[in-house]
Amino acid sequence: MAAAGLFLLAFLASPGSFSWLFAPMTRNGAPAIYTQTPLWSLTLSHLTLVAVAVAASTLVALVLGVLVTRPSGREFLPLARTITSVGQTFPPVAVLALAVPVMGFGAGPTLVALFLYGLLPVFENTLAGLTNQPAQIREAARGMGLTPAQRLWQVDLPLALPVILTGMRLTAVISLGTATIGSTVAARTLGEVIIAGLLSSNTAFVLQGGMVVGIIAVMIHEGFQALARLASRRTG
Amino acid sequence: MTLRADRPGLLFALIGLAGLVLPLVQFKPNRIVPGEGVGLPLPLTALLALILLAGCLHWPHIWRLAGGLAGLGTVVLTLGGTARMLMDQAPDLARVAPAAGFWLLLLAFSLMLTDAVTRLRPSLRWRWLMLAGVVGLVVLVLTTGWLDQVSVMREYAARRDAFLREGAAHLFLAFGSLGLALLVGLPLGVAIHQSPAARGPVLSVLNILQTIPSLALFGIMIPIFGWIAANVPGAAQAGIAGIGVFPALVALFLYSLLPVVSNTLTGLSGVSPATQDAALGLGLTRWQVLAWVLVPLALPVLLAAIRIVLVQNIGLAVIAGLIGGGGFGTFVFQGLNQTAMDLVLLGALPTIGMALVAGIALDLLVQSLNRHTPRSA
Repeated sequence: MAAAGLFLLAFLASPGSFSWLFAPMTRNGAPAIYTQTPLWSLTLSHLTLVAVAVAASTLVALVLGVLVTRPSGREFLPLARTITSVGQTFPPVAVLALAVPVMGFGAGPTLVALFLYGLLPVFENTLAGLTNQPAQIREAARGMGLTPAQRLWQVDLPLALPVILTGMRLTAVISLGTATIGSTVAARTLGEVIIAGLLSSNTAFVLQGGMVVGIIAVMIHEGFQALARLASRRTG
Repeated sequence: MTLRADRPGLLFALIGLAGLVLPLVQFKPNRIVPGEGVGLPLPLTALLALILLAGCLHWPHIWRLAGGLAGLGTVVLTLGGTARMLMDQAPDLARVAPAAGFWLLLLAFSLMLTDAVTRLRPSLRWRWLMLAGVVGLVVLVLTTGWLDQVSVMREYAARRDAFLREGAAHLFLAFGSLGLALLVGLPLGVAIHQSPAARGPVLSVLNILQTIPSLALFGIMIPIFGWIAANVPGAAQAGIAGIGVFPALVALFLYSLLPVVSNTLTGLSGVSPATQDAALGLGLTRWQVLAWVLVPLALPVLLAAIRIVLVQNIGLAVIAGLIGGGGFGTFVFQGLNQTAMDLVLLGALPTIGMALVAGIALDLLVQSLNRHTPRSA
């Protein structure tokens, strides 16, 4: 994992010195490395887009998840469950395309699509984490005389944290992949490199764009898994 | 009925009333430029507002169901009617596209309907009937031609043959890759169930495959298949080529492997050792145990994998449109290129519809199987 990370950093710092790696995949003397826009800058704007979307959808999904599991929001719980399971069948690409008429071209529709699509895994897992707790824990919290707010902050949320982190992981990995498609609606992401490769039949471009996104996705996947393990060890 | 406010109903009313204020349709001089908004006629606005406000009170759930259906029907039929009226005297190039008001009203009444169905907790049989009923109603409304003057249907009329062709290609991509994934994934899942040492490596390879962005995986398949077609004797004659449907099919197949293999493993591991011992004790061979005991007991989990794969592939097949693999994605990306949103809708709406129907139908199937197969204790 560390090796992959170092390789990625070296590649982004100086893509030109890796052209020998990609040269065999070009034809007719086409360039081996995408230079239209620096790769590190595309990576950065790709990651910013994903980070903003994931942070926003996590925040909103957490608040909604807590609201519908409170006594005053219980009326929404069955509906919320149905919406999450039905909503996740919506194809991300379709959501992205449908956001264009509302937002115009650019980063806007991509952000909205990533945000909307990212809500569901976090929300679903927050619900699961907050509602599937063993009855003994509920009883113990009540017996200790915790107020509902104390129980939420000191018992329910810490116990649900590993499951919530799993939801965030799903959201982040899906967003990372979907953001590449965002470049079809003119968002600045690594998808630009892949699309340039598709348009000029230059496999080297397709591969380097895919490689950077793939390595980052694996690293995010592993990172969130480590966090979830840490969180579940802390709560025992 | 009691006079206590129903909170979900309040939410739907808020969304719906916002939809009533915003224009129902956009009346555009042609398919690309923006147009002017046109609202609902006053009596219909009053009718819909009445349904929305009534939804804020407590009623028997069956009445909410009726309210949601009536609202949806009114909104859709009004869309068609408005389009017919506006297009009556308009030049042929003009378009009447559904606007923010229409989408919000559609959302509000769909939520009302979904909420009513969820709270009614109908039996499985009723849910099947409802699914069939909704699909039937959609088909009926489309075949009567009432919506024919709406922009999306105008786009459809202009390319009916292409639509049917790409629809067939989309289905072929989604179901073909599912079939391939089952053909390879089931034996692979059984194999790693029998030999635990291979589990880690196989699952991590499949996990890494899933992290490759779909766009890149589709792209990488093109040169690989181009090379195969050029260098493997007989491949080109068998229809394998670097462009077209093959790269997309294989990319989707690769994405589908992980859910199939890991659910096969989960399903097989979920059968208790006691059950297996009992079967072996009855004198069944290992293969008979696998075929007669393990696989039937693992069936619900397998079906869950099929649901994941099918819904995922119907969505991902859109990307095939970008690499010339066909499917409804062709319209989505053509539409994005021409900034013709009606064309985008022509590709996106059937895709969403297919994914929804596939997801709901397979959910119901999983539930009915779960009821019939008692899990081993």
